[in-house]
Amino acid sequence: MDELNALFGGFAVALSGYHLMFMVIGITLGVIIGVLPGLGGANGVAILLPLTFSMPPTSAIILLTSIYWGALFGGAITSILFNIPGEPWSVATTFDGHPMAQNGKADEALVGAFTASFVGAIFAVCLITFLAPVVAKFALKFGPAEFFAVQFLTFASFIGMGRGSPFKTIASMCLGFALASVGLDGVTGTLRMTFGQDELLNGFKFLVAVIGLFGIGEILCSMEDGLKFNGAAAKLRMDAVIRTWRQLPRMWATFLRSCIVGCWMGITPGGATPASFMGYGIAKRLSKRGDNFGKGELEGVVAPETAAHAAGTSALLPMLTLGIPGSPTAAVLLGGLLIWGLQPGPLLFVEQKDFVWGLIASMYLGNVVGLVMVLTCVPLFAAILRVPFSIIAPAIVFVCAIGAYTVNNTMFDVWMMLVFGVMGYLFNKLRYPLPPLVLALVLGDQAESSFRQAMLVSQGSVGVFWSNWLCGSIMTLGLVMAFWPALQALRAKLSGNAAIARAA
Amino acid sequence: MIRTGVSKTKTIAAALAASACLTSPAWAQRWEPTKPVTLVIPAGTGGGADQMARFIQGVVQKHNLMKQPLIVINKAGGAGAEGFLEMKASAGDPHKITITLSNLFTTPLGTGSPFNWKDMQPVAMLALDQFVLWTNSEKPYKTTKDYIEAVKAGDDRAFKMGGTGSKQEDQIVTAAIEQQTGGKKFTYVPYAGGGQVAVQLVGNHVDSTVNNPIEAVAQWRAGQLRPLCIFDAQRSTYTAKVTEKEAWSDIPTCKEAGLPVEYQMLRGIFTTKNAKPEQVAFYVDLLKKVMATPDWKEFMEKGAFNQTFMSGPDFEKWLTSAEAQHADLMKKAGFLATQ
Repeated sequence: MDELNALFGGFAVALSGYHLMFMVIGITLGVIIGVLPGLGGANGVAILLPLTFSMPPTSAIILLTSIYWGALFGGAITSILFNIPGEPWSVATTFDGHPMAQNGKADEALVGAFTASFVGAIFAVCLITFLAPVVAKFALKFGPAEFFAVQFLTFASFIGMGRGSPFKTIASMCLGFALASVGLDGVTGTLRMTFGQDELLNGFKFLVAVIGLFGIGEILCSMEDGLKFNGAAAKLRMDAVIRTWRQLPRMWATFLRSCIVGCWMGITPGGATPASFMGYGIAKRLSKRGDNFGKGELEGVVAPETAAHAAGTSALLPMLTLGIPGSPTAAVLLGGLLIWGLQPGPLLFVEQKDFVWGLIASMYLGNVVGLVMVLTCVPLFAAILRVPFSIIAPAIVFVCAIGAYTVNNTMFDVWMMLVFGVMGYLFNKLRYPLPPLVLALVLGDQAESSFRQAMLVSQGSVGVFWSNWLCGSIMTLGLVMAFWPALQALRAKLSGNAAIARAA
Repeated sequence: MIRTGVSKTKTIAAALAASACLTSPAWAQRWEPTKPVTLVIPAGTGGGADQMARFIQGVVQKHNLMKQPLIVINKAGGAGAEGFLEMKASAGDPHKITITLSNLFTTPLGTGSPFNWKDMQPVAMLALDQFVLWTNSEKPYKTTKDYIEAVKAGDDRAFKMGGTGSKQEDQIVTAAIEQQTGGKKFTYVPYAGGGQVAVQLVGNHVDSTVNNPIEAVAQWRAGQLRPLCIFDAQRSTYTAKVTEKEAWSDIPTCKEAGLPVEYQMLRGIFTTKNAKPEQVAFYVDLLKKVMATPDWKEFMEKGAFNQTFMSGPDFEKWLTSAEAQHADLMKKAGFLATQ
């Protein structure tokens, strides 16, 4: 009950007009930042951080976290409308969100995405409110072997989800791994595959690749299809919110699974991006309508968005209790805490009660304010699709180029984006799936360093992955997931054989 | 950095002399930035250099110390090579400054990236960041001696040392410790960031770390980690209690604890190669104003920094010897790119 008292104290702090104003400003800025690819939440927070040094810490963190919520909401908009993920964690949202927009259901997809984000975030905040100390202890159990197990599970839950040839999936994934390994090798401290090119020192940045593969690739495909967006004829009806909300209750299982997956990934800290992929992969595997995923299924929008938001929100927990950031944005916020004179870590909850509970209360309020704001704007967002292709396409290319440039402030990335764009187009034509490539690019080097750290610790024994129940069970689950399609095929064959035997 | 002979008092005296020089009206004409100044961070967001750079940005803005804005960007690729190569490439643009960490020396030596600190113009040393030997407080080692004895008695590579990055400062300190452990090596496990390293130690996934004070102070205060010794020639000068019983000044130096290793990391500011003396003087002056603020003093104390200020020829001399010592240490440890 102490928590509840403290939380109400927090609401008293956060519910002032002054703070509500900061929430509205922050969320508006965040949505804009989320919409612009490349200018991620981490950059937005970093740019505004110095402005907050003269504010009281609680007001400052309310403003900055509101930007973060806004960016989480905003990332979904361009993914759905233009197949361009504004943020890494909204890549998985494109898989079903964009087909929905093409079918004329952009408004439903947007409402679904925003609502799912809200549910995920609130679930995670509740977790933070009541279970912070327990969860913090749990996160300490994660060493290199456990991290690798989680990453392995993410890959495994993705294998076999592509329609078409599994070999194409594997080829695409391998290309992603190869791209991910360019740059500095964190374990030996030497450069790999840079071929003496200074531009390659930084490796291939995920955002540049994604903007190119999805955004530019999509534009190229649309040009071929006769210079128009499918779905431009979408009718704008104002009842989108109610229409969509009616469909949501039957997806309760997906919501719950994605919330759990998201919180898990946020706390451990795997981050929002792998969480969204894993949420999508699991929903596709377990949902009754899994076969329709990829063709424009609302559940396919809900699953990754819920997981991404649950992860993005719960990523603040390890930052507050352990001082390790669960996401790049949390890393920038962590720097802010230190400058405001707050030391994140195990004692923050004891020594800075007002700040911590003010922040947690602002998480509830910020998400409510954010949901109301973005839902009212849905018709506006959806109306963008009615702008003629010949006007919007150059604008998109322009925004993509700025986005790619912003990632590292180099022209090289803009050229890389165009190369990735052509690659995205070819993948599309040759029916190679893009998601495995993107997943390998974002998680490849993390998984590699976790694996090699684990090997260093165990002196080269693979047994380390089954050395305790936590790690062992995740790994085993991962293996089952990876071979699930094969197992199912085998079972079908065996029961088929049995039936034949009985008949004979 | 590892010091061989120069005593600290002498260094400070030299630094004071140098700063006295700079405040005198040695330059006839003054220079001021005519466009926004970019502060390049050759490291990722959230790390020690990043924190300090963003802090400087905040102080400059809060106290209105410069007419033009100060913009901070991270160029972390290739262990910071990306940022340094950009500084090298913009030799003619005095509106760029960079903040350093030990990768100023370790990156060119360890990866063979084509740059050297001489490709930039040194402005000033802001402070030296300390390194502390930490263990989990559940472990039985109360002193450095207990710990080193345990390492000596154990199997080779049985003890795991966690650290940030590979062939960078943490692993260099580890290699220097290994020279004192009777031939027993550590298994060095590289992680992405200092905060993560501290948490891995709390979770008992590694046996010890050489985290900077600011990276592990929260866990120390919570009683989860125990500092064994500090890799400086003298104890810290900060006597305010950090935990209930101890202050930074209560941590013995590694040398007095029987582990004769010293290492400190440079937090310094550089500008581009062709900057004119009056341009360098502007930045020295700006940094002095930053360092005079109460915000800066609080920041220094929180991170238990060694506050040594240097600029001009003294700083260059310091850099030359620090580079030679890094080359020597990395050669002994087998970390050189050309080996």
